[in-house]
Amino acid sequence: MLQQVIFIVMAIFTLGMALGTVTARNLFHAALFLVGTFAGVAVLYVLLEAEFLAVSQVVVYIGAIATLIIFAIMLSRSMMGKESGAMNKQWLFAAGGSALLFIVLAMLLSKAPFATQVAPVPSDAIAQIGSSFVGVYVIPFEVASVLLLVALIGAIMLARERHN
Amino acid sequence: MAIPLSWYLIVAAALFSIGFYGVLARRNAVAILMGVELMLNAVNINFLAFWRYVRPEEPLGQVFAIFVLAVAAAEAAVGLALIISIYRTRKTINIDNIDLLRG
Repeated sequence: MLQQVIFIVMAIFTLGMALGTVTARNLFHAALFLVGTFAGVAVLYVLLEAEFLAVSQVVVYIGAIATLIIFAIMLSRSMMGKESGAMNKQWLFAAGGSALLFIVLAMLLSKAPFATQVAPVPSDAIAQIGSSFVGVYVIPFEVASVLLLVALIGAIMLARERHN
Repeated sequence: MAIPLSWYLIVAAALFSIGFYGVLARRNAVAILMGVELMLNAVNINFLAFWRYVRPEEPLGQVFAIFVLAVAAAEAAVGLALIISIYRTRKTINIDNIDLLRG
């Protein structure tokens, strides 16, 4: 019962923050709403008993990605004037399309019978993640590290100031 | 488990739809990137919900969510670098004005 109350409160908080992210006229406010959304999602991870992912969410999303986004906003700040408005011309179609998407998904998901089990999470779940990264999933793990290296070099190359 | 699986899935669907709206409707390229981040978060909620309720004895769902996290970090870094590069050459990040490839 308590879990359900916490879930409903956090779900409303997360979705409200997400709505703030996509509707805020000031881009900096949108970034702060985004941080709130990430925090709410981290609480949902804790409710799902995925503690490692919850901590990773806080470290990677709030610590790194949100900081990057705020940097990008500040570097391109002079052009975010309020005179043009935050939404483009097709925002009404976009709102209708996403509302339709949500209605269809919610109807499907509330009807579909999923084969759920109530097994408890094994106590060594985090150790299992670690050992599967160096065992079964070692190749995807190495590919992900190469991807991160390529993204690092690519981001530096793209954002570098060119002097002719 | 007091919380039904479908609650998580519906919250994730709502988060995904909100992110989708942000991607389609915002003018600013950074705001579009924020919408993409919301969508990736919704996907991760789905992965973890299915992991917890369907196959908690295997770490597959969590492992996949960590890969999504890594790809999201790479995507944010490269995307923001692209936006800064465009801003430097075009002095705007309003996507309505970035139409270099228009025929």
